[in-house]
Amino acid sequence: MNIENNSVIPDLDFDSPAARRGRKFRAFKDKAATVGIGLGGVSVIIAILLIFFYLLYEVVPMFRAAEVQPWEHNEQIVEPYAVPGSGQTLYMAMEEQAEIGLRVSHLGELIFFSTLTGDLMKTVQAPLPTGTKVTSFALASENSRTFALGLSNGQALAFKHEYKSTYPGGKRVILPSITYPLGEAPIDVAPVSLDQLAFSGDEGNFALIGGTQENMQAVFISQTENLFTGEVELEQSTTALPDLGIKIKKMLMMPDLTWLFVAAENGKMAVVNLRDHDEPVISQVLDASSSKITTFDLLLGGNAILVGNEKGNVSQWFLVRNDQGEWLMTKIREFQTGTTQVKDLAIEHRRKGFATIDTAGDLRIYNTTANDNVLTHKVAQANASMIAMAPRANAVLIEEAGKLSLLHIDNEHPEVSWSALWGKVWYEGHEEPKYIWQSSAANNDFEPKYSLMPLAFGTLKAAFYAMLLATPLAICGAIYTAYFMVPSLRRKVKPFIELMEALPTVILGFLAGLWLAPFMEENLPGIFVTLLMLPAAILGFAFCWAQMPKQIRWLVPDGWDALLLIPVIILATWFSIAISPSLELVLFDGNMRHWLTNDLGIAYDQRNAMVIGIAMGFAVIPTIFSITEDAIFAVPKHLSYGSLALGATPWQTLTRVVMPTASPGIFSAVMIGMGRAVGETMIVLMATGNTPIMDVNIFEGMRTLAANIAVEMPEAEVGSTHYRILFLAAFVLFMFTFVVNTLAEVIRQRLRNKYGSL
Amino acid sequence: MNISVREWFKTGSPWVWMNAGAVAICIIMVIGLLGLIAVRGLSHFWPADVIQGTYTQNGETRSIAGEVVETSEVLTKQLVEAGINISEDKEFSTRHLLKIGNRDVYGSDFTWILEDFFSNQSQPEMLFTAERREWGNLYGYLRTIKESGTEIARHDGNDKSAEYLSLWDNLESRIQRALDIREDILQIEKHEIGSINYELERLRLKERSLQLKNVTEAAPFAEIEQRRKELDDEYEGLQQRLLDLYTEINRDSITAEVANGKVVEIQIAKIVRAFRPNDMSVAQKSLHYIAKIWEFVSDDPREANTEGGIFPAIFGTVMMVMLMSLLVTPFGVVAAVYLREYAKQGFVTRVIRIAVNNLAGVPSIVYGVFGLGFFVYFLGGNIDDLFFPEAKPAPTFGTPGLMWASLTLALLTVPVVIVATEEGLSRIPRAVREGSLALGATKFETLMKVVLPMASPAMMTGVILAIARAAGEVAPLMLVGVVKLAPSLPLDGNYPFIHLDQKFMHLGFHIFDVGFQSPNVEAARPLVYATALLLVAVIALLNMSAIAIRNHLREKYKALEM
Repeated sequence: MNIENNSVIPDLDFDSPAARRGRKFRAFKDKAATVGIGLGGVSVIIAILLIFFYLLYEVVPMFRAAEVQPWEHNEQIVEPYAVPGSGQTLYMAMEEQAEIGLRVSHLGELIFFSTLTGDLMKTVQAPLPTGTKVTSFALASENSRTFALGLSNGQALAFKHEYKSTYPGGKRVILPSITYPLGEAPIDVAPVSLDQLAFSGDEGNFALIGGTQENMQAVFISQTENLFTGEVELEQSTTALPDLGIKIKKMLMMPDLTWLFVAAENGKMAVVNLRDHDEPVISQVLDASSSKITTFDLLLGGNAILVGNEKGNVSQWFLVRNDQGEWLMTKIREFQTGTTQVKDLAIEHRRKGFATIDTAGDLRIYNTTANDNVLTHKVAQANASMIAMAPRANAVLIEEAGKLSLLHIDNEHPEVSWSALWGKVWYEGHEEPKYIWQSSAANNDFEPKYSLMPLAFGTLKAAFYAMLLATPLAICGAIYTAYFMVPSLRRKVKPFIELMEALPTVILGFLAGLWLAPFMEENLPGIFVTLLMLPAAILGFAFCWAQMPKQIRWLVPDGWDALLLIPVIILATWFSIAISPSLELVLFDGNMRHWLTNDLGIAYDQRNAMVIGIAMGFAVIPTIFSITEDAIFAVPKHLSYGSLALGATPWQTLTRVVMPTASPGIFSAVMIGMGRAVGETMIVLMATGNTPIMDVNIFEGMRTLAANIAVEMPEAEVGSTHYRILFLAAFVLFMFTFVVNTLAEVIRQRLRNKYGSL
Repeated sequence: MNISVREWFKTGSPWVWMNAGAVAICIIMVIGLLGLIAVRGLSHFWPADVIQGTYTQNGETRSIAGEVVETSEVLTKQLVEAGINISEDKEFSTRHLLKIGNRDVYGSDFTWILEDFFSNQSQPEMLFTAERREWGNLYGYLRTIKESGTEIARHDGNDKSAEYLSLWDNLESRIQRALDIREDILQIEKHEIGSINYELERLRLKERSLQLKNVTEAAPFAEIEQRRKELDDEYEGLQQRLLDLYTEINRDSITAEVANGKVVEIQIAKIVRAFRPNDMSVAQKSLHYIAKIWEFVSDDPREANTEGGIFPAIFGTVMMVMLMSLLVTPFGVVAAVYLREYAKQGFVTRVIRIAVNNLAGVPSIVYGVFGLGFFVYFLGGNIDDLFFPEAKPAPTFGTPGLMWASLTLALLTVPVVIVATEEGLSRIPRAVREGSLALGATKFETLMKVVLPMASPAMMTGVILAIARAAGEVAPLMLVGVVKLAPSLPLDGNYPFIHLDQKFMHLGFHIFDVGFQSPNVEAARPLVYATALLLVAVIALLNMSAIAIRNHLREKYKALEM
């Protein structure tokens, strides 16, 4: 053999400048790609993790404590200034922007001043009849901006301070003014000097109660506007109040003019029912404080009373209806306070909160719903005497030894505290402390109820009923599919059930709400019969099958039993539903729902937890099924072969060998299923009534955290407490599912390692 | 071979059977669900026969015509309790839910009737159904045709006769004419006037932006004014044409006698289609069926989404999903490549992997909340401040819209793509990589030329699964951009053609909205089923292709694994 080698060694130069350039370029490209992919990868991962931090970032401000600092204007601290005007201060208030203050003095002067400098802007002298003095002061409510002065001749005058913003030359100028809601002419209240005065009312109905300890008169005034002339006519009725038997210190009236609350200096409080204007009745006299009462004020909305005393305690009271339908003044809560006398108390205009100043000079800010002392700060020396709060609750004005100081307050979310979110809270107008979620209402003085408990409870209730259906079905199904089913069938059944996982939940929710819920309501007995009938039918059929001659049984090889059962189950279900109406007629007199509600006292909603259980169970089955099936299938075959070879039946092998080995995987499957059930939104949104109630009753609905977010998020004002609480709900969901899933994942990885060693 | 119960239980086979039962129940549930949706969704489009008869209840007699929608059994006792005069011989009575239409005449579309009280049933051939643009269906007999208010044709019988048929043909041609004119009107209103309005708005913004920049020269303002004038003139012309067309379309009207004998007048312009279901052959009905299905997928919704088509919802869904996949594919793949090929394997990567895996299990509503807070209010608000100050205070991107919805869903589905791609990458044998590196390729070249092509089916699987998940997700979208009725599509002929800031319609949300927030749920229900069927079909298709690709991929690399 002669091989002629005529190949020529090519003249290759691997080190030519071009090749070198090529190599350099490739090396550069490689470097660039490494950097690029690194950056890209890291940033995607960061972006994902951002969710966690962003949710936290929105939630954290709620739990930040309030802060107080001197007011700054044009980056200059506003220094304390001398009290504008003369006389003793009876009352102070501020307008919306906290730029203008109002001071009412005992000389009957209404003084508007700049809160920044103390400069006088306008002084209105109240039209007092000659020779009279101001003897008392009564505030209707902070946000109505109306108050009254009682005079030494037994007359009273009502005022309202109002502000108008104008923009001459693009600059905001606020013009204060005083109006007289009951006219400029003083109103006769009592024939004696008005040493005490209470004033309240709105929308044309007012009441003034005043006089001396011995002679107390109530005047009810209704205003009617003459439709033709536009003139306002006043209609008055006067009644004498019964003797209260206590030394009156201060009186307060509810805005609907039905109750009068009277504080005595010695700590007693009297409650007077004014519902019958002609015949006021003393309904209660009780001990409101163990020491001298120093402050006595109505909280926003005028339904609750705050009592401050000499020892520095502040307590909240309101009327609670007892079993007999009587309204009793009840102490609701006491606030954590200092030990020195509460000097003055200012009510927030838009939230259920207040601020106090005590003789030690400490400013404290509270929220009543949250029972929370959000701020304690020493702002004055011992002799601070008066405090006023701006409508936006962002500033307070403190009078101290003839000087006024304006302080800025940063207190965005006082209504949130651990106890308000997760504990029972005694809300105004309720008989007892409760868990309530009610985030908004039509009126402004509404007490928002942000208890997450009903929502968390609803979430768990929905998940529980879903798991009740899904867990047994999915796990049993997975056991059969992985261990008994013939491989050819298994390859079809598994993807088929996994396909369910991708089914949009909005479809499940829609079917549950519009088809399943009415169907179940109509065939309620049938549903329960089905639950009993199905296992019975399966076992019955299986037993009969076992009795069959071999020739027939061998027609169907092992592992195809599930297909045999399909007609059996369909028949059993059909039968159960078909006998439902007759059964209902025989057992429940034709209406099971009626029977449940009237005979058993169980409330029934059409969209209830049972519907959710089935619909959401349906959504979770594939998740649990798929993971469980994988776990069982992954158990090494030699384990079960060994067991079978030793004479165990397949069922024994399964329960004693396979299941224990796969149990961590099954556990993690259940956890992941649970995570899915907890976070599911559309099904619960569509198939429950979305009422936030706490009741384990399977025939009632619920509201879950997720559904609540979907319902309320679009309406929540950005940055408000409500908005942040919804973020908190999202954060809770996030953390819950994240922890559950991580746990499941760790268990699964353990399991994988274990199998690796087998 | 007989076996006692005790022995049988001892073998454990009853429990095996119970397990088999569980699988069977699961399968029945899935098939049942799909079947329910399919049957209810598809049957709606079939032109159902309209029955007519006399209904006598508690001494009152009236003539009724309508389609039977639902039939159920009800306890006779309950009926008696409800004050209905019926003999209690039978325990149960049959009742039908009849769609009687003519909401303008009767007040509601549906009524329950008891079979026992319904007599003289017939299926009159000449009874016709008219689908209208408002007030739902009309069932009745054609009486007259009017042109500009004057009667031009009339027939008074209810039987099939040549006269009636010619009247009917006349009506059909007039309906066709009205439909043609309507198309012209829509073309002008939606496209021509729409684009003029759009340009006017852009001019306004341009002017505002010049003012904000304190431009004092008159030239640019004059230019804007000039263009505005041109547009206004153009608008005037179109307005005039529209007026003419409207007089044209409103020319014809008909009168029809409904079942209770009342004669109503309707404008032909208000009729979408009219047909006589009892007189149609199966072939005609099939044609009608196909036409209705086509209308369903290609038309705009009517009557607060309870009638007509769902084209905008299909378009919105597809558009959003496409944008989402454009975003999710590169990011997901890069992250997966980084995690698997570049990052140092260790504790940190393991933690990240678990975290990414778990994010796929975080409830979608949480992503919605994040999207609303971060994308819409934070990012969108800042974008508005920087780039669209002229549109303020109306938000441009600082409000839920298409872009934020896509981005939110991209974030929601990126774990799916990462996990799938990583799985694909991990399946590629080391030997292949090492071979490439040994031949002198750089790591990047190996990645691009060898690894990624081999992993591409896995990536595809991931992306398809992501799309399937995104297409069915509704909860987060409710917060970041879907609306029940969008005035225009997010893609049109006006610059810049894709309007990422617009809100859009979505199939899933459409189901929720029409099914639960519609004023006339009963009438809308069949459409909801049909929409659901469409959504299921799309998602099942996507998933099945993902499964097929996955299986194909496993087969392909089986050889390499050994």
